[in-house]
Amino acid sequence: MIETLIQDSNPSFLDYKGRFKGLMGWIFSTDHKRIGLLYLYSMLVFFSVAAILGLMMKLELMAPGKTIMGAQTYNSFFTLHGITMIFLIVVPGLPAVFGNFFLPIMIGAKDVAFPRLNLLSWWIYIVGAFIALSAQFFGDGPPDTGWTFYAPYSFRTGTNMLPAVTGAFVLGFSSIVTGINFIVTMHRMRAPGMNWMKMPLFPWALYGTSWIQVLATPIVGVTLLMVVLERTLQIGFFDPALGGDPILYQHLFWIYSHPAVYIMILPAMGIISEIIPTFARKTIFGYTAIVVSTLAIAFVGYFVWGHHMFTSGMSGVALYTFSILTFLVAIPSAIKIFNWVATLHKASINLQTPFIWALCFLFVFMIGGLSGMVLGALSANVHLHDTAFVVAHFHYIVFGGTGFAFFGALHYWYPKMFGRMYDMAWANIGLAIFFTGFNTLYLPMFFLGMTGMPRRYYDYVEKFHGPNIISSLGAMLMIAGLIIIITNLVRSTRHGVKAEKDPWKGKTLEWTVDSPPSLENFEEIPVVTDHPYKYD
Amino acid sequence: MFSNEMADASNFVKGVDTSFMVIFGIISFFLIGITATMIYFVFRYRKSRHPQAVQIHGNNTLEIIWTLIPTVLVMVMFYYGWMGYKPMKEVPDDAFTIKSVGRMWNWQFQYENGKITDTLYVPKDRAVKLDLVALDVLHSLYIPAFRLKQDMVPGKEQFMWFIAGREGDYDLFCTEYCGLSHSSMTTSVVVMAEDKFDKWYIDTTVVAPLISDKPGALGLLIVKKNGCLACHSLDGSKIVGPTWKGLFGTQETVVTDGVERQLTVDSAYVLNSIYNPNDDIVKGFKKGLMLSYKNELKEEDINEIIEFMKTLK
Ligand code: HEC
Ligand SMILES: [Cu+2]
Ligand SMILES: [Cu+2]
Repeated sequence: MIETLIQDSNPSFLDYKGRFKGLMGWIFSTDHKRIGLLYLYSMLVFFSVAAILGLMMKLELMAPGKTIMGAQTYNSFFTLHGITMIFLIVVPGLPAVFGNFFLPIMIGAKDVAFPRLNLLSWWIYIVGAFIALSAQFFGDGPPDTGWTFYAPYSFRTGTNMLPAVTGAFVLGFSSIVTGINFIVTMHRMRAPGMNWMKMPLFPWALYGTSWIQVLATPIVGVTLLMVVLERTLQIGFFDPALGGDPILYQHLFWIYSHPAVYIMILPAMGIISEIIPTFARKTIFGYTAIVVSTLAIAFVGYFVWGHHMFTSGMSGVALYTFSILTFLVAIPSAIKIFNWVATLHKASINLQTPFIWALCFLFVFMIGGLSGMVLGALSANVHLHDTAFVVAHFHYIVFGGTGFAFFGALHYWYPKMFGRMYDMAWANIGLAIFFTGFNTLYLPMFFLGMTGMPRRYYDYVEKFHGPNIISSLGAMLMIAGLIIIITNLVRSTRHGVKAEKDPWKGKTLEWTVDSPPSLENFEEIPVVTDHPYKYD
Repeated sequence: MFSNEMADASNFVKGVDTSFMVIFGIISFFLIGITATMIYFVFRYRKSRHPQAVQIHGNNTLEIIWTLIPTVLVMVMFYYGWMGYKPMKEVPDDAFTIKSVGRMWNWQFQYENGKITDTLYVPKDRAVKLDLVALDVLHSLYIPAFRLKQDMVPGKEQFMWFIAGREGDYDLFCTEYCGLSHSSMTTSVVVMAEDKFDKWYIDTTVVAPLISDKPGALGLLIVKKNGCLACHSLDGSKIVGPTWKGLFGTQETVVTDGVERQLTVDSAYVLNSIYNPNDDIVKGFKKGLMLSYKNELKEEDINEIIEFMKTLK
């Protein structure tokens, strides 16, 4: 067969034999595709652990009082669940996995600008992850502060806080390094003819994201360093007992952690902007509007952190400024939604698994964003802040948004990454179960919050029992769906049928190279003459 | 959330629920509208029915319309949110003030005439202001039925106020994570008709009928009111602090200034353990978890507690 001949003369990045063999050939590879997969595999492991923790918490909440674990265990579970999901998965996730793998290919480059730095950032990531997770096994017991490490409790608790905070600090560097790498790559390495307005939308989203990573991450770094200094040297930054200000901690924490929400969601939006045109067989509607709204989100996202602190005791002016800005930052997201839906108008829709993921993304992401409107309103926020409503809201954004986009991307680019197709029927069944479970899990939590159930509650009064049961059943269903989805994908890396170069008939550059791509991606650097979604 | 008969539970319910309903209406419209459009397009323009897509690159008029309309709508939402919120910070001067103290993991309400309770008793139809004090870490006082919540920050004065409009018992929760027993840091608000409340308020002997002649009964009451049992068990189990079962009179190992020593648990030791908990740390427990009760408990109170401890054989 012709295809095998080509593959032999120019082995794919999976088969390529470099200086090292076996595992070494992966963990010391500077190939952006191998690094992307390294991230993917590490995250899959972390994600499975954190998802199981989430499931156990839900089982605990099946009934009031002690069900399967004690309060201290529950508290350390939601802490570990949060730290792992946020710092190890959703913040780095999409850029690290799909950005690494596809950014160079989509802009017609052979690799990122600094391949060794890229490998270094994976190593920093792994070291940071191990430091953070070591907190579970050494010292005075797993941390129980929640992923937010709020002062002064984080100074009072006897549990092993320092490694968790230090780990988060180290992980920040990985994020900064990747950000710089991507920015330079996009400035310097676009294929001839690809001017900025011919760049596909996923790279554009990564561009906005990278700037946030580079500019915002140092703030959380410094903050976490201050916590470390305060715990070890008793310097009073945040603990009132030492003369510090706990509200200052909250400001510093959210100045980073709100923009971090956009680090999570912008690349997700970029992925959806890739999937939709491919399966609609149609150019994206409002390319410029989507690019501008990406940059607008990246910019305005810096100024809304205060909405996490409406009940902390801020002055009136600060409150309504943050409230107005919070509402305004919703507009660019709304614009994207309208453009995506408009793209479907007069399209010719090829209803395949990645596209169904994108549709599901739109639905859950809308619920996440729109429920954020309720929380942005000052009066409603006073009632709903720190209740299960907020937990539901951010799971719809972070899991519904970033998570759905992650799985969507995985199903979209899978043939390119592994050179094989997965089983479509099982993928769809898994998605249906997962989607049903997801909504059964999180929708009741909106209701619980509205009726007053606080978050981070190990135990609750009887009136919250009903919705909690439904929610827990949803969690089981969702995990079942996840197992089907992941099993199907893992199995297909060996048993799937071989994929063509362009199984979905996409138009962006990654569909012009081999599946899986060769080490250098392109035999010849392409020359770009048109906009990226040219279906006519 | 929003059943009608509770609309007068406090003076803020209407403002909060109105903003919620307005926003909920707008967002439901968008969610349903967009989802329906999406599904319609997927069916109407599926490949088999519409084999050739029409390439449309965009439309500036549409972009402007769908930027402006949401902008106007979010400003409407902001307005309702702000209007519902503003009165929460405008306390009437003649409000009846109750100092509300949160500590790990219990509540205490101190009235101006010296009455202290662990349940919040308030009069109906009168402005009540809660001065919020956190002694150790962040807490947040939340009364869902009143739609009210305010974080409590150690070292910082915060307040909330309300006019309760309906007699009854309501849940009061802590909603800022504060450690082990965060979810049991709950109590209730009892709203009483004004005359009933006044009678309750002037009767400073109200604890009297609860006390029996049993030795230690008053001590148990003091212990319950101060939330000691969140950390100390009476049945021998180890919670956050050592159990009190069989404590009084035994030999114990404590760490004083880093040095282990043996001592007998007597009245002086118990007194000092309550006033200066960090002096002697019981071996196997953490320093800094128990706060001093110097300002809450008089020596007579502690004597009652000791009487109570003696009954725990
Ligand atoms: C936040 C949890 C907490 C609360 C609330 C608390 N304690 Fe403690 N207590 C501890 C801890 C932890 C220790 C052990 C460390 C130490 O010796 O300081 C302790 C030790 C003690 C001891 C010494 C016990 C021994 O075995 O020698 C006494 C007596 C005591 N507490 C009394 C009280 C009283 C009375 C109250 C209520 C007014 C109270 N505690 C409330 C946590 C708490
Ligand atoms: Cu936010
Ligand atoms: Cu609490």
